[in-house]
Amino acid sequence: MAEREVTWGPRGSHTLIGKEVSRIDGVEKASGAAKYTNDMNQPGTLFARLLTCTHAKAKVTRLNVDKAKAIAGVHTVYLFKDIGENAECNYDGELVAAVAAETADIAEDGVRAIEVAYEVLPHVVDEQDLEAARAAKRLKYDDDGKEVPLVDRTVGDPDKAIADADVVHTGYYGIHTISHMCLEPHGAHCTWDESGDGPKLTARHSTQAVSTTGPQFASQFGLDASDVRVICNYIGGGFGSKFAADIWGWAAAQMSKDTGRPVRLMLDRATELKTPGTRPSGFANVTVAATKDGKITAWKSHHWGTNGPQGGTIDGNQMPYVFDPPNKHVVSQGIATDCGPNRAWRAPNHPQLCAITDTALTDLAAKLNMSPVDLYKANLDQLDDTAKENSKLYAAELDRAAELMEWEKKWHAHGKGGNGPVKRGLGVALHRWGGQSVKCSSEVRIFADGGAQASIGSQDLGTGTRTVIAMVLAETCGLPLEKVKARLGSNEYVYGNPSGGSITVGSVTGATRRAALEATGILFDKVAEKYKVDAKTLSLGDEAVWSDKKKVCSWKDACRLIGPEPITATGPSPVADGLTSKLVGGVQMADVSVDTETGVIRINRMVAVQDCGLVINEKTAKSQVYGGLIMGIAYATNEERIMDNNSGRYINADMETYKLPRIGDIGELIVEFYQPDSEYNRGVVGLGEPPVISTGAAIANAVANATGVRVPVLPMTPKRVLDALAQA
Amino acid sequence: MRPFEYARPQTEAEAVELLSDHDGKTAVLAGGTDIMNLLRRDAIQPRRLVDIKHISSMQGIRQADGGVLVGSLVTLEDAAESPLLAEHRSVLQVAHAHKAIQIQQAGTLAGDLCQLPHCWYFRNGYGLLGMENGLSMAEAGDNRYHAIFGNRGPAKFVSGSRFAPAMIAWGAKVRVVGPEGEEFIPLEYFFATPKTDRQNVTVLRPGQLVTHVWLPSRTADIVSGAYEVLELNGLDRPQAAAAVTLKMQSGIVRDARIVMGHVAPTPWVAQEAANALIGQSVNEDTASRVGDIAVAGATPLSMNGFKVQMARAAVKRSLLRAVGQLDEALV
Repeated sequence: MAEREVTWGPRGSHTLIGKEVSRIDGVEKASGAAKYTNDMNQPGTLFARLLTCTHAKAKVTRLNVDKAKAIAGVHTVYLFKDIGENAECNYDGELVAAVAAETADIAEDGVRAIEVAYEVLPHVVDEQDLEAARAAKRLKYDDDGKEVPLVDRTVGDPDKAIADADVVHTGYYGIHTISHMCLEPHGAHCTWDESGDGPKLTARHSTQAVSTTGPQFASQFGLDASDVRVICNYIGGGFGSKFAADIWGWAAAQMSKDTGRPVRLMLDRATELKTPGTRPSGFANVTVAATKDGKITAWKSHHWGTNGPQGGTIDGNQMPYVFDPPNKHVVSQGIATDCGPNRAWRAPNHPQLCAITDTALTDLAAKLNMSPVDLYKANLDQLDDTAKENSKLYAAELDRAAELMEWEKKWHAHGKGGNGPVKRGLGVALHRWGGQSVKCSSEVRIFADGGAQASIGSQDLGTGTRTVIAMVLAETCGLPLEKVKARLGSNEYVYGNPSGGSITVGSVTGATRRAALEATGILFDKVAEKYKVDAKTLSLGDEAVWSDKKKVCSWKDACRLIGPEPITATGPSPVADGLTSKLVGGVQMADVSVDTETGVIRINRMVAVQDCGLVINEKTAKSQVYGGLIMGIAYATNEERIMDNNSGRYINADMETYKLPRIGDIGELIVEFYQPDSEYNRGVVGLGEPPVISTGAAIANAVANATGVRVPVLPMTPKRVLDALAQA
Repeated sequence: MRPFEYARPQTEAEAVELLSDHDGKTAVLAGGTDIMNLLRRDAIQPRRLVDIKHISSMQGIRQADGGVLVGSLVTLEDAAESPLLAEHRSVLQVAHAHKAIQIQQAGTLAGDLCQLPHCWYFRNGYGLLGMENGLSMAEAGDNRYHAIFGNRGPAKFVSGSRFAPAMIAWGAKVRVVGPEGEEFIPLEYFFATPKTDRQNVTVLRPGQLVTHVWLPSRTADIVSGAYEVLELNGLDRPQAAAAVTLKMQSGIVRDARIVMGHVAPTPWVAQEAANALIGQSVNEDTASRVGDIAVAGATPLSMNGFKVQMARAAVKRSLLRAVGQLDEALV
């Protein structure tokens, strides 16, 4: 085969890569033609509704489903809980039973007909009150019953460094729990069918992991992994919470097996908010010390929070975030609460670490009468191990973000945000992320009729995965985008990685590039033989094969040489060949207005300067950053899970009171990729998560700059803003 | 959703008859922007839903009796675009503050007045008063969005109506028909604070229905303004609001009506604050002072002290807005 050099080719040589390309499935999604799991409605489908626990902590003492089963149209009842061994419910919203019926309304009647009673037990749902958690014995203890922290880590001599410092700042910071709030709830449409020689179970599953959930279904039912087909062509949000088959997926499969009918089980909105995952909280007392020039000399923090019944909080081993002063002492404690469990939420730990670290650093800068940008620059020589090779990049990104924000012009000292009731201020924060590609394959086929297809058992979370796969294939084959096909969303294709950790674009594009280069190399051999040219001189472009800028034949003519068996090549990921790499930085700045009479925050402008190596699709990449900023604005200003401490229930589990910003709340978003040649040359690095990390801290810092008052806990709802102003 | 009967009367009389059945366990469907949520969440369980959308007498806006008669089927968008309401600035301001297009186009003014509370304990199925084991869940629980006035009884929720403060300040009346015939009720006396879950948030009796809202015409010496504190710039509910109607003479207030919203189980008339304004001009200082007086008697619950400041700001800003002194950037 003709040897093909595995590179992305020189910068500027592409027709598609690096350009702004609209999603190839955009029309389907916008018009409703795209079918999500929640849309699956095959003939015979039964619809499931859920009975969930209405207490924070309780034991099921009675559970009688006879009346539910007796309702005409109810086909089966599935029990997640039962009296006896599996009677314990650990949070409001935990699944108790599911009813499958001819219609959703009948299933609801069935749920209401279930007789259930609980022994209600004492609960703890307060994630912020450490003393109350201590009194209720909800922390971590050693074998002797002594309270022990999750992390207690000391480097250097922080107490001495603090005593010796020119400036010491002490403050309280925090970030509340939020839910994932997927627009399409979790759920599956399962069809059990043992009649043919096809897979016995087809799970149309809303998942971030098409290739890895099949075995989870198989092992639950004693099937071979090959007996389970998983399909997910479109997904309405996952954010880290949709990696598993999940107990409700198993329930749908079991109910299909029991009834011989397809069963669709989607979580209802309240259950979607309560059950399939949250982002853990953290609240911290921080002391940070510096020289008068702003060099951070010591960090001490004690943080606590919850990730639900497990009793975890945000990762103390990564505190402080990005910056790594020589002296530090970090203690973390987790509260075991009777709240829904956590799941990975877009950049796990990082938004919370940033919201505690970068806020304290901005307050330190204020105490030094420095701009936080200058404080950051003074400390770029002491970054943590993952971030340290990016110190020059941070300096460049800070400068560019400052230009886009007009920082110099707008900056004012802490609390000098104007004389009227509305104060205006600026804030900055920065972040880091990995984003390295992982194990993944892409199978490229080229057909005699000129068709080209790449297929991967991957999924498009809405990030544009389908589009970038098609772009890479089209670019490599020299074809227009609409003449290639990108297939994903089925585990019958070659293995694709679960999409989490910002690893997918690197994984799928690297694998597709390698496969497409190999497949076109095979095609070059055929062309070389037929047209008597040297295969090494061949290239593709404009739907033709070229030899040293001379057209040899059209793409179609070349493909006619293929014959009935298509050229098939499978490309692997990851390979250390320069197509992909890892580690990004990123800087964000916020310009906000704070109405000090009403507590309402308005976003004027957000600036995000982000690096991610080589950008495959400038448009979908930008879209990721816009999405990150919007999600960040949400958790900074409005979005929170509200647990009622008295009843132990999640009381805002609906779309009215689980507040998310509306279009009018977003402000002006300015997104720019930092992409000098050095970035292009390092290949593709993942982007999905980093843009959501520093948004919260940047906005919190802008509020503090505007008002001179730190609103310590995110989200900064009008209540928290007014409470903070009243206490100041 | 539980099964229910659906009825579609063509006349007011038919509607009254249909609403009177089932011991009054009936509900009115107009725009449906809220009642569908209540039904889906099982917060209310009417046995019959009476769809009034096809009653022609309840459509449209016309002049009547020295004022404007607004049919109960008039949507927020229709009201905002009607030349007959163009002078009722505070009403228009509230209509425009509804930034959700769905509610502007489907929601009705009368539906807003009859709206049930948005208390999360009620909406989560614990009854109008949000009680569990005989105790008020709001009192012991998360009451951040609850009442800061009129909250000593079992009702801790805030009135759901957004138009009531402006309309009460204008001296609006509602036309009600029922088994005993027609009556006009001053809107100020239309709302009630329930003491049990079986009582209602209005004085409407079983079988009664609001057919029209009547607003007096504006005379040249009257100005009005409204201000809602909204966290979100889109679909959202105010956390405090106020509306004022002022009779002015040479820049001096001769008569004043100030009504706060979302601070009590009913719209809350701030009579002392209004009295304090008489004989004054409206400016930043007097507006601030009147705002202070309006909230002086507030009795916030454990978590909603911040709403006192919000209500103060709403009163101040509605006054400044009435006289054209509010920076519109604050809206």
